[in-house]
Amino acid sequence: MPSARRISSIKALLFVLCLIPAARLALGWQADTLGANPVETLTRDSGEWALRFLLLTLTVTPLRRLSGLHWLLRLRRMLGLYAFAYAAAHFALYLWLDQFFDWGAIARDLLERPFISVGFAAFVLLLPLAATSNAFAIGRLGGRRWQALHRAVYGIAILAVMHFWWLVKADLREPLLYAAILAVLLGLRAWWREQERRRQLSVPPPAKHLERPLIRIMPK
Amino acid sequence: ASRLDGRPSPHSTTEPLTAHKAVTGYNNFYEFGTDKADPARHAAKMQVRPWTLRVEGLAARPRSFDLDDVLKLAPLEERIYRLRCVEGWSMVIPWLGFPLAAVLKEVEPLGSAKYVEFVSHYDPAIMLRRPVLDWPYREGLRLDEALHPLTILALGLYGEALPNQNGAPLRLVVPWKYGFKSAKSIVAIRLVEHQPATAWNLAAPQEYGFYSNVNPQVAHPRWSQASERRIGELRKRPTLMFNGYAEQVAGLYRGMDLAKEF
Repeated sequence: MPSARRISSIKALLFVLCLIPAARLALGWQADTLGANPVETLTRDSGEWALRFLLLTLTVTPLRRLSGLHWLLRLRRMLGLYAFAYAAAHFALYLWLDQFFDWGAIARDLLERPFISVGFAAFVLLLPLAATSNAFAIGRLGGRRWQALHRAVYGIAILAVMHFWWLVKADLREPLLYAAILAVLLGLRAWWREQERRRQLSVPPPAKHLERPLIRIMPK
Repeated sequence: ASRLDGRPSPHSTTEPLTAHKAVTGYNNFYEFGTDKADPARHAAKMQVRPWTLRVEGLAARPRSFDLDDVLKLAPLEERIYRLRCVEGWSMVIPWLGFPLAAVLKEVEPLGSAKYVEFVSHYDPAIMLRRPVLDWPYREGLRLDEALHPLTILALGLYGEALPNQNGAPLRLVVPWKYGFKSAKSIVAIRLVEHQPATAWNLAAPQEYGFYSNVNPQVAHPRWSQASERRIGELRKRPTLMFNGYAEQVAGLYRGMDLAKEF
């Protein structure tokens, strides 16, 4: 286990690393190096980074369990908040540069285009998670309820992958890759949960004191 | 690329041209990859000379043309057209070409010919092997659409021979339809009796109809078609019926329900 100071510097480093994609997009916008359709590049890349950070957040627990590096858990909140920040930027870019706040067109998109509906749902569901990502909220809600709420992240990740999948015209390689990663991350959890359930079932219940001797009925 | 010149055409728009860099760097040519920058990166591998164009099917005099034969069929014109992609972006491109009708008339279509099928070059050695679409790429038009004076066979753009990523050495340009109808790097043109199968329609029939006329009133399941972003501009502009060519082409579709035959 690294020292508290060490963890602080790892967190600071991670904080800066996570900013790099945003900085690259901002500089690329300034320098006009985002290609012929910079609005598309911005919207698409911010969305893709939101999905990547979401999957990274979901990698922390399995990685911790497999590696025994329990301090990794201390990085999870930051990754989750970055997923939210990129998703918020993605949504804001859509509202602003893609639609120019044409609320009628935005409403039609939400209602008529399934890939936008699920993307929006994923973002809305992220809001309470981001809002409760602090010690105060954990204290207020209590650990169990907080945890139950934050399990929504599994559903959010599924919606986010669907959002990407349905957006793509024909070449499904990229969304398939994200879907496969998500399947592994969720599959591991399901597997461990099942193992745990079986383990609990196989432990014999503590012997009870019996008042009368048990009469065994033997098969004939 | 070699220089090509064409006389000005009354069918040209006077709108500002999209930058050459965008026209030749932002392409959908899935045979070379599905990223917009892939065709410019990979299409150089395609050999475009010699090239044989077969014009066959229901014709009195079907035949093959090499590129020089094609260039002799009609004088080149510069046609500055709007191009509207089904994905919601658009460009203004100075094509060099001539009406496709000049090619079709050369082979004398039979009365039984009702449609025209276009087959694009496909070479798995240099192109995608994954079945993103059902290769080779195929497109189609009704015969009257193919003979319409706005429909051209393009051999160049911006005063030069077509860059490979834009569908060298010859491609179709149908300016009132979504861009994917304008097949690139064509090796065969077939006169046929029945509506031909087309690549995008086969891939997703509910999304890409045979006609695929630009129509702001008929939304694609994934994109509203009401507006578009002209490449190089930030704000969107309203999309025009038949991409602004309604006056010339609306008559082709009289009596048709364009929401059903999309």
